Amino acid sequence: MNLVEIQNLSKSYSGHRALDHLDLNIPEGSVFGLLGPNGAGKTTLIRIMNRIIIQDEGRVLWKGSEIVPSHTDLIGYMPEERGLYKKMQIGEQAIYLAQLKGMSRRDAIQKLKFWFRKFELETWWKKKVEDLSKGMQQKIQFIVTIIHGPKLLILDEPFSGFDPINANLVRDEMLELNKNGTTIILSTHRMESVEALCSHIALINKSKKILDGTVREIRNNNKSNIFEISYTGEVDSFRSALPSAYQILESKSEEELTRMRIQFLDHHQPNDLLKLVLPIVQVRSLHEVIPSMEDIFISKVNAVEL
Amino acid sequence: MSKVPLIIRREYLTRVRKKSFIIMTIVGPLLMGLLFIIPIMLSQVSDKTSKILVLDHTGIYKNKFQQNNNVEFYYDDLNIDSAKKKLKTEEYFSILVIDQQPGTTIPSIVIYHGDAQPSLPVLMGIQNTIQHELETAAGCDEQLLGKIKNNLNVVTRRTGGEETSSGVATGIGYAAGFLIYFFIFLYGAQVMRGVIEEKTNRIVEVIISSVKPFQLMMGKIIGIALVGLTQFVLWIILTSIIFSATTIFFSQKASTKTTQAITVQAKTPSDELGQNSVSADDLSNLDMRSSIIASISSLPLSTITICFVIYFLGGYLLYSALFAAIGSAVDSEADTQQFMLPVTIPLILSMIVSSSIILKPNGPIAFWFSMFPLTSPVTMMIRLPFGGVPIWQIALSISLLILGFLGTTWFASKVYRTGILMYGKKASWRELFRWLKY
Repeated sequence: MNLVEIQNLSKSYSGHRALDHLDLNIPEGSVFGLLGPNGAGKTTLIRIMNRIIIQDEGRVLWKGSEIVPSHTDLIGYMPEERGLYKKMQIGEQAIYLAQLKGMSRRDAIQKLKFWFRKFELETWWKKKVEDLSKGMQQKIQFIVTIIHGPKLLILDEPFSGFDPINANLVRDEMLELNKNGTTIILSTHRMESVEALCSHIALINKSKKILDGTVREIRNNNKSNIFEISYTGEVDSFRSALPSAYQILESKSEEELTRMRIQFLDHHQPNDLLKLVLPIVQVRSLHEVIPSMEDIFISKVNAVEL
Repeated sequence: MSKVPLIIRREYLTRVRKKSFIIMTIVGPLLMGLLFIIPIMLSQVSDKTSKILVLDHTGIYKNKFQQNNNVEFYYDDLNIDSAKKKLKTEEYFSILVIDQQPGTTIPSIVIYHGDAQPSLPVLMGIQNTIQHELETAAGCDEQLLGKIKNNLNVVTRRTGGEETSSGVATGIGYAAGFLIYFFIFLYGAQVMRGVIEEKTNRIVEVIISSVKPFQLMMGKIIGIALVGLTQFVLWIILTSIIFSATTIFFSQKASTKTTQAITVQAKTPSDELGQNSVSADDLSNLDMRSSIIASISSLPLSTITICFVIYFLGGYLLYSALFAAIGSAVDSEADTQQFMLPVTIPLILSMIVSSSIILKPNGPIAFWFSMFPLTSPVTMMIRLPFGGVPIWQIALSISLLILGFLGTTWFASKVYRTGILMYGKKASWRELFRWLKY
């Protein structure tokens, strides 16, 4: 079941096309990575989903029906540009933002007390934002994003600006929410940071989608039959034992141990390689080299540009 | 729509709780109070007596005007020209000419003066004396009494002949026009600053993911309007407290003087007449202050009040929408100049032409300025106290103001919803108009 479906979405700003007939399905319960370089159109897409701006063309569906302004109460959005009222007390401010998302004042206070305690902010309730450290401001930003229990959480560059401790804290809370059924969209241009978190991924470049699917699918589809083997023994006799269907891409020796990256050009399996080399060297390990999202991304973007 | 009250509430409370608001609330009435106190003090301190030459061609008012420390009246039958010569030699401060008007018992009253205009209390005293005489003569004729109230007017002219101003009408007109001007600038700028604050804080994106940009903009405009109204109501209350306190203070002073006079009188009975005149002086000073209030009531007061509220709010809403649009288009207050100027020019212009409007409250300049929505709030308020503005003109002007308000709000909301998301770009006017299409 898709929580959000994006169909044929286009948006232009005075000549510049930010989104070009984009289709995207965001499955319910997924952690969806929206990846792409700066200026690819991610923020535009997110703003359209939040009804902050209106598309020129196409539709956004929420559980199969056209999205309407009241759906924004079901969405929690943390923009890339973080912001709070500097001169307002943080407690009052958090209540206000929660109320804008449709919570009653009493519910908001109750929930906020819980989260403030969890994030060790209770004593700061009456302080102004400008008196807080950056890290505390970020915690508050996260709390006000999730306070109304959104069905969909959209985080734009979620870890930028967070120190490692807070980044971990936020990541754990995020995964906890996901476990309890919240669908999460993470938008970022730093692929390594979300690879481990996401179940689904879409790559956007120059206002177009160039790739999407589950992380496993994408990586499996993009692997190129490369294996890494490490062994101790004669390097030369190892090399000479391999027929031409095995291409050695890389070789590194450290004291006794040699590591090699080998591409299988035919439909060979790892066992076939093992059969060849077991009599010659002592094999320590053998594993498939699965490309990182970053590698895939760079190769895809380059492919499009070529 | 239930979210707009939340926004209004926040905008209102955060501003009302500020120290600067509380300070302004206290300092404002003190300044206004000084405006009242200083003239009264000056009139008490001043030892220079204005001599006014009365040319009464009706023959009714001879020796009717009350004298005091400040004013002395002299009566003569000279023609105007030779009287004017006496004015030039500075023997007299001004000349009061009372002429019979054909077809009515209400006389025309013109005061010719040199460089200095007669003060408001003096004018009030004169108008009140004449009104009192007329009303006594009219007896119970309700129709005539009404006519007297509405048509009796003191005109002041420079000796050159040009009309200068006419007392209370000018005062009220200027005060109302200036209040609107002041309110628009003070609170319109607050709207602008609020928008800039949200934009530079980057909180705006969080908020418009919950409410529509238009709701945020209107919530802010209405919230700040309520702040302004609160401040004004507090000012009025505090000012009237100060005003009545000073009145009591001065009347007490006057009565102590009277007692002194009586004691002196007891000692030297021969000086009786002189002593009596002292106490009469102080009482007539009080009379003049209360006479201001009396002649205010002779103006088309209900029309003025209703129109003031309409133009006050209409003008504010019209301009603050534009100020919100400007705020959304810039990144800091320093960048607002290029947009501020074209928006504020009509407002400043309407203050500049106000002096010529007072001379001809129903002339063509007054008419057109009071129709154009960007100038009508100030101009119409200056016109109204003089009376004679036809109902259709008021209705047309208000309709145009409402249309203007809808127009600027539409324009502003388009610019606003695009502008608040444009970080780090300096927009031009051309770009602003392009945003209308987004």
